[in-house]
This record gives sequence, C-alpha cells and structure tokens, in this order.
Amino acid sequence: MSRAIRFAPLALLLIVILALVWRLATPADTTVSSKLEGQPLPVFQLAAAVPPKAALETADFATGQPRILNIFASWCVPCISEVKVLQGLKRRGVHIDGIAIRDRPQDVAAFLDRNGDPYERIGADPQSALQIALGSSGVPESFIVDGEGIIRYQHIGPIEASDVPKILKKLEEAR
Amino acid sequence: MIAETGLAALWLAAGLAALQFLLMVIALRTTLDVGRTIRAVAAVQGALALTAFVMLLLVFARSDMSVALVFENSHTAKPFIYKIAGAWGNHEGSMLLWVTVLSGAGACLGLLSRQTHERTLVAALGAQAALALGFYAFLLIASNPFARLLPAPPNGKGLNPLLQDPGLAFHPPTLYFGYVGLSVAFSLAVGALLTGEVDAKLARAMRPWVLGAWTLLTLGITAGSYWAYYELGWGGYWFWDPVENASLMPWLAATALLHSINVLAARGALKAWTMMLAVVAFSMSMVGTFLVRSGILTSVHAFAIDPQRGTFLLALLAIYVGAAFILFAVRGATLKEGAPFELVSRETGLVVNNLLLSVILGIVFLGTLYPLFVEAVSGEKLSVGAPYFNAVAGPLALVLAILVGIGPLLSWRRERRPVFKQLTVPALLGVTVFVISFIVAPAMGVLPRVGLPVAMFLAGASILPLVGRNPLRAPIATWGMVVAHLGIAVSLVGMAMNAAFTSERLAVVRPNETLTVGPWTVLLKEVTPTAGQNFTAIEAELRATRGDGIKVLKPQTRYFTDPPMETNEAAIDTFWNGQLYTVIGKPDPSGGWQLRLWWKPFVTLIWAGGVLIALGGAIAMTGRVRRQRRRKPEWRKERYA
Amino acid sequence: MKPKNQRLILVAAAMVAVLVAVLLAMWGLRDRASYFYTPAEISAGKAAQGQTIRLGGMVEQGSIQPQGDGVTIRFVLTDGEGRTPVMYRGIVPDLFREGSGAVAEGQLKNGTFIADTILAKHDERYVPPELGNLVAEHKAGKTLER
Repeated sequence: MSRAIRFAPLALLLIVILALVWRLATPADTTVSSKLEGQPLPVFQLAAAVPPKAALETADFATGQPRILNIFASWCVPCISEVKVLQGLKRRGVHIDGIAIRDRPQDVAAFLDRNGDPYERIGADPQSALQIALGSSGVPESFIVDGEGIIRYQHIGPIEASDVPKILKKLEEAR
Repeated sequence: MIAETGLAALWLAAGLAALQFLLMVIALRTTLDVGRTIRAVAAVQGALALTAFVMLLLVFARSDMSVALVFENSHTAKPFIYKIAGAWGNHEGSMLLWVTVLSGAGACLGLLSRQTHERTLVAALGAQAALALGFYAFLLIASNPFARLLPAPPNGKGLNPLLQDPGLAFHPPTLYFGYVGLSVAFSLAVGALLTGEVDAKLARAMRPWVLGAWTLLTLGITAGSYWAYYELGWGGYWFWDPVENASLMPWLAATALLHSINVLAARGALKAWTMMLAVVAFSMSMVGTFLVRSGILTSVHAFAIDPQRGTFLLALLAIYVGAAFILFAVRGATLKEGAPFELVSRETGLVVNNLLLSVILGIVFLGTLYPLFVEAVSGEKLSVGAPYFNAVAGPLALVLAILVGIGPLLSWRRERRPVFKQLTVPALLGVTVFVISFIVAPAMGVLPRVGLPVAMFLAGASILPLVGRNPLRAPIATWGMVVAHLGIAVSLVGMAMNAAFTSERLAVVRPNETLTVGPWTVLLKEVTPTAGQNFTAIEAELRATRGDGIKVLKPQTRYFTDPPMETNEAAIDTFWNGQLYTVIGKPDPSGGWQLRLWWKPFVTLIWAGGVLIALGGAIAMTGRVRRQRRRKPEWRKERYA
Repeated sequence: MKPKNQRLILVAAAMVAVLVAVLLAMWGLRDRASYFYTPAEISAGKAAQGQTIRLGGMVEQGSIQPQGDGVTIRFVLTDGEGRTPVMYRGIVPDLFREGSGAVAEGQLKNGTFIADTILAKHDERYVPPELGNLVAEHKAGKTLER
C-alpha cells in the first residue's frame, strides 16, 4: 500500500481537528447582535405601567449607581420564574427597573401580585417601541446600565440562578 | 454516602484502567505472561465502573437533592421510571454510562474471548483501557457526576416534559451500547496492528462485537427517527440534523466494517480496509459524541456553547484517533494481502459495497461539517440540509441497494454460474413497478420514482439465497443476512411511499366542520381545555372516517410551567395501510382552529424495515456465536513463542 | 485475468467512483446549501432570487397579519437596518411572536420572502444538547398540497 494512502487518513484528521479547534475558540454569535453595549440608553419617557408605582424615564438611570433594566410582560411565561431570581438580586441590594411591554395595567398588577415585585419603577411600553429601540429581540431580556446611563451588558432570555454570578460581576464592572 | 461510594469506585476503576494499560505495555515488551492478570484487572475494572453507575441510579431513584446532578435534572414529582432515566439524560450521567459500557465491554472481551491470538487480545485489552482512561479523566476532572450541592435544595429543576417520554428515555442507552460496542472493534484492530496478527481469526473475534453494536445502533437510530416523527409534529422522520448524522455516521462505518470482516474471515483478504474501517467506526462514534455535546453545530441562533467540555472531548478524539491512524500508517505496509479474487466474485462485490458505504459516509461527514469549514475560511454562514444530502447521497444509496440484491448470490473467488438468470424475477418485478408508477402517479419525484422499483427488486432478490435449497439447513447467519437485506427493502418501500403518496391538508376548521385528506373525512367535534400531571392543554376531538367506522383522535397543545414551554402532541392512528397524523394549531378569531392532517400510506414500513434489519443482525449474531462456542477455548493453553 | 491487471482495474474503478462522488458532493454543496442573510443584506440586493436561503431577524411589532384562509400569515423581519416582508403558510411554532427573533428558510420572490420553514428562537437552556437542533429550533415544516 503506497505511503500516500497510508498517511491520507491522518492528514484528513488533522484538517478536521483544526477546523473543530477553530470553531471551539470562536463561538457563534446570536442572530440579533447587541449593538447597544457601550452606547447610552435611548432617550425615553414611559408612562407608569402600574400607577401609582413610579414611571420610568432615561433620567432615572443617571443616578451614579448601576441598575438593571428588565423587559418583561404579564403574558410572558419564562418571566414567572425570573421574578424569583430578580427578587434574590434585589435582596442583595441591586436596583431593578422594569418595562412592561404590550400589557395592560390590570394584568401587570395581577402578575406582580401573583409572583412578586422586584421593581423600583415600571414603565409601560404598549407598542414595544422602546424595546425595538433597545435592540431587544424577545422577552424577557435585561440590560445592565451604569451610573451614567450607558448600557454595559445585554442579557438575552430569563436570568437564571446560574447567571447570577455573571450578572453581579457585570454590575461590579459597571461601577 | 452513596454518592461518595460511587465516586470512590470511579477513582478505583480509573486506577485499574491505568494498571491494565501498563500490563499491556509489559506484555508487549517482555516475555512475561500477563494473560490471567490482565483479564482479572479488566473484570474488576468493569465491576467498579458498574458500581459507580449503580450508585448514580440510586441517588436519582431516591431524589437525593444534595447531589448537584440530581438537583439539575430531576424532581420528586417525576414518575419513577423517568427519575431513573434522568440519570443518563444529562451530560455527566451519560458520560458515566459511556465509560461503564466501555469498561464492561473490556471485561467481557477479556473473559469471553476464546478464539483470539493471545498477544493480540492482551494488546486489545490495553487499548480498551487506554480509551477508558481518557474518559475517566474527563469525568473525574471536568464532569463529576457525584458533585455535592450543599445545602441541599428542597426540590429539583428537572421536570423537562420533553424528556418524559419512553422513546427518548431509552434511546440514548441503546445508542451508547452501539457506539461503545464499536470500541471493542477499535481496540482489537489496534491490538492486531501492534502485534501484526491481522488474519481471519481476528475477524472472527471482532465479528460478534461488531454485529451486536451494529444491531443496537440500528435499533437506536430507528427509535430516534420514530420519536422525532411523532414528537416534532410535522410528520418528518429524518432531518439530516447534526445530531442525527452523529448516529448515522458510525452506523455507516459499522455496516461497511461488518461486511469487510466477513471477507477477512472467509478469505483472509481486505486486511487494510477492515483495520481502517474498525478505527473509523469508533472514531465516528467519538466525533458524534463530540459534535452533540460541544454544541458547536447547533443552530445559527445558538448562544450556549460549552467550550470546556468540547475542548476535552476534542483532545481525546485527537489523541485516540490520531494514534490509531499513525499506527495504521506505520504498520499498514506490513499487512500482507490475502487470497486473490476475480472481477466477478463476492469479494469484489463486497469491495464495491465498502467503497459505496465509505463514500456515502464521506458525503454525510462533509455535509455535516461543511458549514463549519466555510465559516472558518470565509466567515460566511450557511446551512446544509436535506436538499444536499438527498441529492448527493440518495442516488448512491439506491445504487448500493441494487448491489445488495446481487452481491449475496456471487460465489467467493470466482463466479462461474450465470447469476443474473436468478435475478430475472426480481428485475421484472422492479421494472413492472417502475412502469406502473407512471400510470398510477404521473407526478412523482425522481428519488421515489426510482426508489420504489429498486426496493421491490431488492425485496425479491434478498430472499434468493434461501431459494433452491432447504431453508432449514441454511446456516443461521444466512437467515440473518436475508432478513436484514429484506429489511432494507421494506424500509425503502416505506420511504418511497411516504415521499410519493402522502396527502396533506392544512386549513382553519370550525367545530362541526369537516376536512378531507386522502380517503379520510375528518370532523372537528370540539376543542376543550384539559390538564395532565404537570401541564394544561387544549385538546381537539376529531372524528375520522373513510367509509367503515369512525376513529377518534385527540391532538393536543400542551403548556408546561416548569420549565415553561409549549409542545404539540400529534394524534396518530395506525392502520394496515398507513397512518393518519393530526395536529391542532392556533385558534382563529372567527372561532375556528388551525388543523393540519396527513394521510401517510405505508409510512410504518420505514421503521418496520429498521426493526427487521436489526433482527437480521441479531439472528446472524446468534448463528455466529453458537458456532464459535462449539470450539474449545484456546486461551487457556496457548502461549506465545 | 492476471491478478495485477485485475487489481489495476479495481483501483481505477474505485478512483472513478470516488471522483464522481466528489464532484457530486461539490455540486451539492454549492447548489443545495442554504446561505444565511439578514434583512439589511436582502435590502442591499445581496441575495439571489429563487434560491433557497435563510433569513434571520426580529419579527417587527405589529407586522403579523393573518390572511383570509386562517393558516397563512404575512409579517416583516427586521434587523434595525433593513425590512423584509415574509409570507408563510402553516402552523407557526410556539415562541414565534412579534418582538422575538426568528429564522425563515425559503426563497425570495419579487421582494417578498416565501418561507417554507420557520424556526423561532428557543432558549436552549431548556433543551439538553443531546437533542440538538431538532427541538431547540422547533421547526414548523414544509407544506405540500396534494
């Protein structure tokens, strides 16, 4: 058997391994990339989602402290389990504000009654206009905004218990 | 306590694997006889790994939430059988299962092999231990299944409804036994390359292992296909998804290996092919495992890859497969060719069979990894799916199917008789079906148009080896071959019928309205809310008839909360000539419901064929093993010079 | 036939077979692979008409319009820069909704994307890696009308 044939499989293996190594080193990115990390929050002023609880506007994020901006809805199923995690974060002293998208005040109120309320302020975004402006692709989604109103991190999907260490780290970095 | 016992057993097993490997090195370099010792070590290693796995099953059975894995993957409310299945329904647990089967196979190899060259067997046991060592290391360093979670939470996270399904719960173990069974072939090949004893005896030793692994792989793939068919809700049975390809590729290699072994066993020929295929088959098992667990080939919108796991597995893959390929490259020149054969002979037929299967394997492999290569080189994102695989591999598979009908009729070495005369009947059958298909179904796709006659030809040709002789006197292995080849034909018929004659209807239907599909008239009686153990659902009651009696079907859409998800439960009714497949969709503002119906004639033949193929393998295995056991065990007396 | 000649024939035949297969595969990969585009790229005219491609983006708010037959919908996929109208006939996967990400596979025809398949974004934390794409993508499949 010629040397070429005997060593061919090895050569092929090398090429395949190289490709796989490359892939492991550079993971695929999400379909909708976060273009807003490092950008300031868009200017907005939302009405209160659940009066008399405070409404939400851009100026609320220039407090000098990093805050979490959480996009949720009463009809969003994964949001139910996320509330518990958010409350855990709130107990650690994290400031969380919410945006309720495409929702009605009575439904949001019922959701908070049933599952708990980790939010300091909740703004209403009935047409999801702000959600799109934030480049958010779904619900729930959270943003870490630093003390000067710059978006520092976008977390897609519900924040689970296993994500908490990363969230806390990002909050620290945003100081 | 139980978890710690399991962990301790795992460490001990790893230690013994190291010892087993050392014994092989000693045996190859000195004249010491380690036969008894290495077998004992292999046996104890297997027992220890099994102990560790049993400990894992126990903590799951008891819902011990202080074990992190149980917390992540189980819940006290789970039905008992799924608590057990939860043990292997996750990364760490399935890796433990993998290593248990690996070391168990090694133990059986040591204890049950009778007709193998002693030196080769010792080398094979060492190779098997080397394989196990890498996985033990992976488990103990990066994927400890017994890690504790303290303080123990009251209940677990794992009530994923998708995993609470009998097919899915038991499909992974079947596949694993298949994948890991191929490791024995790999080890025997490596052992034989090391000792130079590549001959018919080796082939006979490898055969039952390959047959067993191949049979289980066939069953696993068939079961997986049926699961996807009824669970995913739109009647497809194969998607060329990387996860599916990960199980198909070892199967293709194993099929080629199986046939190559037969040539080596009967004629002493095709040594190089057989050794290479044995290495490739298990390599494909490893590639498959890597692809699935590292997450690198999940979809365009994946965002949770585990690079650490992937890197470890990739390293193991590179080491094992690389070492085997180097060994092959270096020792390949010493493989002396066996008895010569003519152009028209069974050997040639099997060489062509090997070639075609290897090419199809290459095509599937290329298609699966191509998106990766392209993105690495040009950054372009693309996906390769059914259009590629069907167009490229399909025709080759059909050519192969025709050869499957002809090959078994050829004699070894030199075919003198007019074989093609025997094939006139099956050939006529095929041609007739081909012609009729134009009359019955003028608008059929090319693949089913050609596939159906080929399948009918194969069905007729596959039984020919038993025709003209006393079937009861034929060797059991021949029966196995006939049944398996017939199974291929049956499966092909099912696929062709499904592609050519499926009827589908999709419409909005209000209660008390009907929708027709194929010969069926389906009435939507009503849609009511309902609930199950851990879900709420809306259920449609459908009344279907095609003239003789009414069948009731109840498709559902289910909503789960823990974790939150929505699934579609199709309602399927099976008849002698097909399946009625019904799915309910979303409601309409006008009070109607989206309803999707399929009538799939003879679709069940696809999986019936798969079961037949596996049955053929099982029959052949019984035949071979029985014949082998009648000879006296040689290892007790053989000493090497 | 001399064994040497016979071996030559076999090797030649094998090489021809492999060559044919390679050519077939290359054609298949070029012609049948499905390239991925964003709405911005479609608007810029980068995608060919009539070829099966994948289009990924976010479902624009307020864009989902059910059509008269109850099973066809029109909607718009956007990525903040471009907008592509899409038409799909079938039962949409769960998790397909406005404001959420989706990938459609199909062909561009006269400016509208006719989708054969829709894959809605599904958090794969709920899905073990062993199940891979099959469940994570939650496909809703091709329609064949007979």
